Amino acid sequence: MTPLLSLSLRSIANRRLSALLTVVAVALSVALLLGVERVRNDARDGFAQTVSGTDLIVGARGGAVQLLLYSVFHIGHASNNVSWQSMQRVAALPQVKWLVPLSLGDSHRGMRVVGTTDDFFRHYRHGEGRALAFAQGKAFAPAPDGLFEAVVGAEVAARFGYAVGQRIVLSHGSLGGEGGPRFADHADKPFTIVGVLARSGTPVDRAVLVGLEGIEAIHVDWHGGAPIPGLAIGPEHVRKFDLSPKSVTAALVGLDSRIAVFRVQRQINTMGEEPLTAILPGATLQELWSLVGVAERALLAVSALVVVVGLAGLVAVVVASLGERRRELAILRALGASPPQVFALLALESVLLSLAGIVLGLGLLYGAGALAAPGLAATWGLNLGLGGPSAGEWRLLGAVIAASLLASLVPAWRAYRYSLADGLTIRI
Amino acid sequence: MQRQTAAGRDVPAVAVAAMRYRWPGAARDCLAIEQFAVGGGERVFLRGPSGSGKTTLLSLVGGVILPQAGTVSVAGQPLARLSAGVRDRFRADHVGFVFQLFNLLPYLSARDNILLACRFSAARRARLAVRGTSAEAEAQRLASRLELGDVLHRSAAELSVGQQQRVAAARALIGRPGLIVADEPTSALDADRQQAFIDLLLDECAEAGAALLFVSHDLRLARHFDRIVDLAQINQAAVSGEAAA
Ligand SMILES: Nc1ncnc2c1ncn2[C@@H]1O[C@H](COP(=O)(O)OP(=O)(O)O)[C@@H](O)[C@H]1O
Ligand SMILES: [Mg+2]
Repeated sequence: MTPLLSLSLRSIANRRLSALLTVVAVALSVALLLGVERVRNDARDGFAQTVSGTDLIVGARGGAVQLLLYSVFHIGHASNNVSWQSMQRVAALPQVKWLVPLSLGDSHRGMRVVGTTDDFFRHYRHGEGRALAFAQGKAFAPAPDGLFEAVVGAEVAARFGYAVGQRIVLSHGSLGGEGGPRFADHADKPFTIVGVLARSGTPVDRAVLVGLEGIEAIHVDWHGGAPIPGLAIGPEHVRKFDLSPKSVTAALVGLDSRIAVFRVQRQINTMGEEPLTAILPGATLQELWSLVGVAERALLAVSALVVVVGLAGLVAVVVASLGERRRELAILRALGASPPQVFALLALESVLLSLAGIVLGLGLLYGAGALAAPGLAATWGLNLGLGGPSAGEWRLLGAVIAASLLASLVPAWRAYRYSLADGLTIRI
Repeated sequence: MQRQTAAGRDVPAVAVAAMRYRWPGAARDCLAIEQFAVGGGERVFLRGPSGSGKTTLLSLVGGVILPQAGTVSVAGQPLARLSAGVRDRFRADHVGFVFQLFNLLPYLSARDNILLACRFSAARRARLAVRGTSAEAEAQRLASRLELGDVLHRSAAELSVGQQQRVAAARALIGRPGLIVADEPTSALDADRQQAFIDLLLDECAEAGAALLFVSHDLRLARHFDRIVDLAQINQAAVSGEAAA
C-alpha cells in the first residue's frame, strides 16, 4: 500500500480554503441538479395524479386534451354539452360503478364554478388515491335542501377570506366578478358556503362547487346567456320549477374493474344517440405533460451545465495548484513514486474533492428538502419525496461521478507529463 | 569501521559505462561519460559548474531518466534492465536524495516527511525490521542525531532552511539505502553552516555504511571526501562542447 490517499488528503487539507470553495461550488451544482430532477419528477407525478381513481372522463365529441383541460383543469370551454339522457345511458352501462356529472360555465370572482353532486366528494381522488378533505364544514346537501349551498376550494377561501356561513354570488360565464358587467351576476340567488376544502394541490383548490340543481336554479329566468327581460324568479319561488339537469358538461366515471376500461371507452365513443368522447385521464395527462414538459427538460439541461461549470472550476483550481507543486512532484519521484502514482495522486485529489462535493450536495438537497417539503406540499401540492435517490437520480449521480472522473484526468495527466519531463530537476 | 560490509566493498554503489545522454529536443548531448564509479561506502565529491549536467547525472543514477547509450548501474543493477515501475521501486529502496532546496512536502510534519521514504519502500522497512527497530523509532533516532528532536512534530513549512536540509538528510538515510545522492544541498545555507551540514552527512553515511555522491560547483566544500571528481574531466560531451565554442 502506497501512502497516496493520506498524501492527497493532507495536500487538500493544506489548501483547505480553495478546496472548500470548490467543494461548495460542486455541492451547490449537484444539489441544484438533483433538486431540479426531484421537483421535476414530483411535479410530473403530481400532475399525472391530478385525478386518480377516475377510470374515464366523458364529454361531448372533441379532442382528448381539450376535454381533460376543461373538465379537470377548468381551462377553456366545451364546444358542446352532453344531454342528461346520454349521461344516464353511460351511467347505466353494466361495468360503470359510479358517474359524477360536472356542469361548468359559471364563475365566481374569476374562479370556476363546478356544478356537480355530492358524489364528487366521495369519488374524486388525487395523488395516491387521496380523497378531498374538508378543512371546515361539510358537503352541500342534495336539492332541495342544499339548493343554494356551496363548497369552496382552499385557494378560493384563502384568496377571499371565505369561511363557512358566508354568502357568495355566482356570475354567468367567466365574465363576472370584479370589473365584469353587473348584468352577468346571479345576484338575486346568493349561495351560502357550507364547506371549505383542505388544500389538495389540484384545480379543485380554485373551484366553487355547488349542486347541479343550483346551476339550473340560477338559470331558470335566463335564456341564451342573458336574463330574460321582465322575468325575474326569486329564490323562494324557484323551487317550484323542475330543476333536474337537462345537460351537463362532462362526467367522471368509475368502473367496477379497470380491466374493462378500453371496452367501456369504446362503447361510449360509439354510442349512437349523441357523439361522445371518453378518455383515460392518466394517459391524457401524460400526453399533456409531454407538451408542457419541454420546460422541465430545459431546466434539467441548464442544471447539468451548472454541474459542468462546477467541475470545470474544480479542475481549474487543481491545475492552477500544479504549477507551484511541480517540485513536490519531483520530491515524490525521488522518493520512489512512479509516474502512474503521481497520476493517481492528482486524480485522487480531484476525485476526493468532487466526491466531497457530491456528498455535501446530497446533504444540502435533503436538508433543504426537509425544510421546504411542508411548505411546498401546502402551497404547490408538491410532495418532495425524502426517500433515497430514485433510479433517475442515481443515473444523474452516476453521470456526475463519471464526469468528475473524466475531469480528474486533466490535472492527473498534466502531473504525469511534468513528472516524466522534469526528472529530478526541482524547478523553482 | 567506515566500510562495514564485504559486499559494500566489492559491488560499486554507482557504475557508469560508455553512457551518453541527451535531453529530448536538445541539439547535443548533455553527458557522454566513458567510465565513472562510486565504490561501496565511498564518499565522492563531484564538481562541475552550473549547467554542466550534474543534476542530469543524478537523475540518471536515480533511474528517473535513461541514457540513450551505455549503462548506469546502482548496487550492481543495470537500471535500464528494469521496467519503469520496478526502477522506481529500486530507487526508493536503494537511493536517498537530498536536494538543493525545497526538499520537503510542506503539508507534512518533519516526522512524516522522514517516514515518507519508508512508506514508498518496503525494503527500507524490512532492513529496519532486521535491525530490530521500526520506522518511527529510527526517525526519532536520526532526528536526535541531527538535532531535530524537538521539531519533529512541526510542519515542514515552519522549519528553518537548515532544519529542512537536516530533515531531508534524515529522510534520505532512513532504512539504510546503499547510496546517498546530494545535489548541492548546502547552497541555501549560511557559509558557517555549510561545512557543519556536510560533516553531518559524511558522518551519517559512514555510520550507515552508505556511499555518498555529493555534487556541487563549490570546491571549497570538498574537504573530508574520499575522492574529488571533476565532471568536466569525465564528460566528453562537455569537452567537445567547449572545444566547439
Ligand atoms: N528537465 C529538463 N529538460 C530539458 N533539459 C534539461 C532538463 N534539466 C536540465 N536540462 C538541461 O541540461 C543541462 C544540464 O542541466 P543540469 O543537469 O541541471 O545542470 P547542473 O545541475 O550541473 O546545473 C542544461 O543545459 C539544462 O538546460
Ligand atoms: Mg543542478
